[in-house]
Amino acid sequence: MIAYSGKIREIAKKLLEEKAVDLVIGFKKGTLPMMTEPVMIKEPEETGQLYWSSFCSVNLADYLPKRKEKIGIIAKGCDSRNIAVHIVENQIQRDQLYIIGVPCTGMVDRRKIRSLAAGRELTEVIESDEELTIKGKDFDQTVKKIDYLQDNCITCMHRNPVIYDAMVGEQVEERKDPDPYDDIKEIDAMGSDERWEFFSNLLKDCIRCYACRNACPLCYCPTCFVDESDPQWVGKGIDPIDTMTFHILRAFHCAGRCTDCGACEQACPMDINMRLLTRSLNKDALELYGCEAGLSIEERPPLDTYRPDDYDKFIR
Amino acid sequence: LEHIGIEPERLHFSWISSSEAPKFAEVATEVTEAVRKAGPVKKLVKQRAEVV
Repeated sequence: MIAYSGKIREIAKKLLEEKAVDLVIGFKKGTLPMMTEPVMIKEPEETGQLYWSSFCSVNLADYLPKRKEKIGIIAKGCDSRNIAVHIVENQIQRDQLYIIGVPCTGMVDRRKIRSLAAGRELTEVIESDEELTIKGKDFDQTVKKIDYLQDNCITCMHRNPVIYDAMVGEQVEERKDPDPYDDIKEIDAMGSDERWEFFSNLLKDCIRCYACRNACPLCYCPTCFVDESDPQWVGKGIDPIDTMTFHILRAFHCAGRCTDCGACEQACPMDINMRLLTRSLNKDALELYGCEAGLSIEERPPLDTYRPDDYDKFIR
Repeated sequence: LEHIGIEPERLHFSWISSSEAPKFAEVATEVTEAVRKAGPVKKLVKQRAEVV
């Protein structure tokens, strides 16, 4: 992964020099170990800042809706699917974009790495092709990246970008058939009281900071329903029912559009796995309507299409 | 909603045309019976703040 940086800089520099794009959206190295920061590069001389590592989990498609410029954007498999969703939903035009595709072998979950340090401060994390070397005061450990991937990356089946104008490396092999919905099936096997208990417990730490919404490329409404005050759809405090309402409705708004990029979960300061809600709907979209979001820019999303043979067993 | 634990007896979907009055009455009766059987709702109900 880390080796992609050079190629990304090269492509970005060329694009900006030729004025093929007005800006390139990518990542630069953060100031702390494992942190990366989204960056918009406008001058060819600045392209040296661009950087790629296994910690570039932020979904850059989040920065696209309604932009007017010509944009170069770096996209992993999931990001490219979100770009496709934006194009289908008319948030950006395909000809405005130059997509620099990154074949992805999975992003490393910095929380899992941090837990290795068991409270000690990490001063340096060095990445190689397959491994990470974690350093801090009095410790030094090398681990395999593949053992510390983000949960959504472990079951990802679309690691290569679905649309792109250039690729920074060879396509990686797609996984054949991990079952991404094992845990959802487990939840669905519970009784309804048990499930209510489970989700109440899952969301009990939510502080309603809306980081999940802000990190989500799908959440581009000019005013989110939680911020409306007239009418006020949902209470703004941390009442558990209001919190539950926020999470249920946000998940519904993402139904048939979510690519499970994991941005929401990664952004959460309280380590809440709200993907259990969005993924349940992804599972329904796939199993009942045969739809996976963002695989093509021609296909309309499942919620705005009608087919006479649509699943309708729940309607009496 | 079922996924997060709302009882299926409370969730009903129906498609009724404006000319199908008998069907509407039938469905409405069924829904109320099902919900009555499920008893008072306990989940996703916002309690009033307790004033001490």
